[in-house]
Amino acid sequence: MYSTALQHIRPGDWLTLLCGGLFVAMLTLSLWSGDRADKAVIRSGGKIFSVVPLSRDQQIEVRGPLGISIISIRQREARIASDPSPRQYCVRQGWLKQAGEIALCLPNQVSVELTGSKKRYDSLNY
Amino acid sequence: MQGVSAGSELPCALHLEPCSSILLNTTAEDHHVARMAAVALGLTVLESAIPSPLPGVKPGLANIVTLIVLARYGWRTAAWVSLLRVMAGSLLFGNFLTPGFFLSLSGAALSLAVLGLVRHLPGRWFGPVSHSIYAAFAHITGQLLVVYLWLIPHAGIAYLIPVFATAALVFGTVNGLIAAHFMDNADSFTTKAAENSS
Repeated sequence: MYSTALQHIRPGDWLTLLCGGLFVAMLTLSLWSGDRADKAVIRSGGKIFSVVPLSRDQQIEVRGPLGISIISIRQREARIASDPSPRQYCVRQGWLKQAGEIALCLPNQVSVELTGSKKRYDSLNY
Repeated sequence: MQGVSAGSELPCALHLEPCSSILLNTTAEDHHVARMAAVALGLTVLESAIPSPLPGVKPGLANIVTLIVLARYGWRTAAWVSLLRVMAGSLLFGNFLTPGFFLSLSGAALSLAVLGLVRHLPGRWFGPVSHSIYAAFAHITGQLLVVYLWLIPHAGIAYLIPVFATAALVFGTVNGLIAAHFMDNADSFTTKAAENSS
């Protein structure tokens, strides 16, 4: 079965396959690499609490209706290190790396969103 | 494609049917094109039953027919078969002149254009597999152009390009292999028939 399939591939076809594979790999790398984030926008109760650069490692405490959420920034990544929300979704989301990533702690009304050099879309419908 | 015939040999003149009927004289080539387009149409219908993870990612089985027709009867016949398949398919699925129809049309048109170019590549080195891969890439290029210029003029569709390109490479290769296999079988069949008759 495989040998009969292979005999239909002529030398130039291998070249085409190789070029096609490289082309796809190149497209994937260039289009999916994503923007490196450079700022974290921290919101509390729907208002911007502070915008901090990711270049400096730090811990930020934000007070919400349930208590204090702690946001930590380390090596150009950000996460919610602790939060009083019952289900801990935003904490379990882990480190945010790319622009556009966001962690929301709805019960405590705190969110962290990473932004890059250019503003991207939030959603796409078609 | 010939015009409407008129003359005493019309069936109506022999009182076989009413004289208001229009008779189109069709050539053997027309019948052949229609048969091939019908096969392609069948494959399109078959394929629509296969679930797809992402709208637009389809194997494009009908292109196997286009490839075989291209290799056997030339570009003009392949264009007829391919465009007839798009038209008749859209009528069958009820999406004539909808965005889906224009997506099929742009994909088919651009892949026909590319097939017209790549079929001049030396046949010793480049076979149906190459033709199929180039046509598949042309197909998604045509579709993405319509999507970007008309349906979703947003840079966001760039994120889908790697998915479509991967699908084009994989399905292009598979379709090319299937087409090559069919042509090979037909060749060995005709040679055997020739040997038997001699």
